[in-house]
Amino acid sequence: MNINLTLIGQAISFAIFVWFCMKYVWPPITSALDQRKKTISDGLSAAELGQQALEKAKIEVDSKISEAKSEAKNIVSMAEKRQGDILDEANVKAAEETSKKLKLAEQEVEQLAMRLKESLKKDVSKLVVEGAEMILKKEIDKQVHDKAIKDLVTKI
Amino acid sequence: MAAGAQTGSEYIKHHLTNWTFGKDPSDGVWKIAETAQQAQEMGFYAIHLDSMGWSVALGFIFILLFSFVGKKATTGVPGGLQNSIEIIIEFIDTNVKDTFSHTNKLIAPMALTAFVWVLLMNLMDLVPVDFIPQIATFIGVNFYDMDPHHVYFKIVPTTDPNVTMGMSLSVFFLALFYSVKNKGVGGFVGELTLHPFTSKNFLIKLILIPINLFLEGVSLLAKPISHGLRLFGNLYAGEMIFILIALLPLYAQWTLSVPWAIFHILVIVLQAFIFMVLMVVYMNMAHDTGDH
Repeated sequence: MNINLTLIGQAISFAIFVWFCMKYVWPPITSALDQRKKTISDGLSAAELGQQALEKAKIEVDSKISEAKSEAKNIVSMAEKRQGDILDEANVKAAEETSKKLKLAEQEVEQLAMRLKESLKKDVSKLVVEGAEMILKKEIDKQVHDKAIKDLVTKI
Repeated sequence: MAAGAQTGSEYIKHHLTNWTFGKDPSDGVWKIAETAQQAQEMGFYAIHLDSMGWSVALGFIFILLFSFVGKKATTGVPGGLQNSIEIIIEFIDTNVKDTFSHTNKLIAPMALTAFVWVLLMNLMDLVPVDFIPQIATFIGVNFYDMDPHHVYFKIVPTTDPNVTMGMSLSVFFLALFYSVKNKGVGGFVGELTLHPFTSKNFLIKLILIPINLFLEGVSLLAKPISHGLRLFGNLYAGEMIFILIALLPLYAQWTLSVPWAIFHILVIVLQAFIFMVLMVVYMNMAHDTGDH
């Protein structure tokens, strides 16, 4: 337990170690700590901002969705209306067309009937004439009978 | 106990003697002291090679480890080593910020150095008392032809008052320097002479100056002494008890040395911490101006 030069040696080495620590140990580690602290706080605030943005976006999405829904409803109702219109129009057109066709058909039928009547008239008159000729050939004077037939033909 | 022919008291005395290199007063030659008596006679012109060697080696371990971590320090996720170093740094940093209310870039690194270095030096106390000294004796006897009784080797630097006082006196002189720097010579002298007793009467004030100077002087000088001797005393006592336990028969030693070592872990950390905190407190006092 002698006090000697060790005291001074220890003081010198203490000074050297403190100087070294101040120069090469303390600054890099504390700066790393500070930087990490900053990074963490930045990250936290960024996360908070992100959260806020997310909430905003959610609200926006909700409003957009409801807008879209109402628009879709509009479109559907418009389409329904349009469908009704188209159907009505088609109905009207179809009715017109059918009536037109009906008229045409009627006319055709009438014409056909006329033609038939005509041809029938002709045929019948022919037949009558032939029949009468056959009868008359046998017994009746041609002139008298011709007069009678003429009368008949005019009657028909 | 591996003392051989030594008696108990010789064993203890041998363990409490440093490996001393100094100037022999009888012939003025610098040499290694062969006996405790000779080491005593060398007086101030001697150096404890074991204390110095271990303290410098441990200081280098501290510096190399911490600067290694500092060089590779990442701001991202720290690894295990960096994490533990950072815990120590932050512990010191909060302590310094709590006690030291001024700005001085020196204080925190100094506190860190003192804490870790003293902690490492104290930790040497947990190495079994005979372990390294026996190796030293073996080397001394076999390679240097020394008398085994003349190989002195103490491995705990903080059980050497030179080491603890060397640090506490450094702090003391640094505190004096900062006191004068921050308060001026007048302010510092005023602090020493005009308190604690003061008077409005100029004559009484003059009479009170020596009393104040005595009181303040004692408290000023008591600081570094108590600062250094507190650390020394605690570790010396701990070392002493380990040595006493080592005198027991081999089979019985663990019953005492294990509990004492476990308790001593607390002492080691606590004393390093106290040493660091007192250092910061003294430095803070040296920076305090305007309170008086």
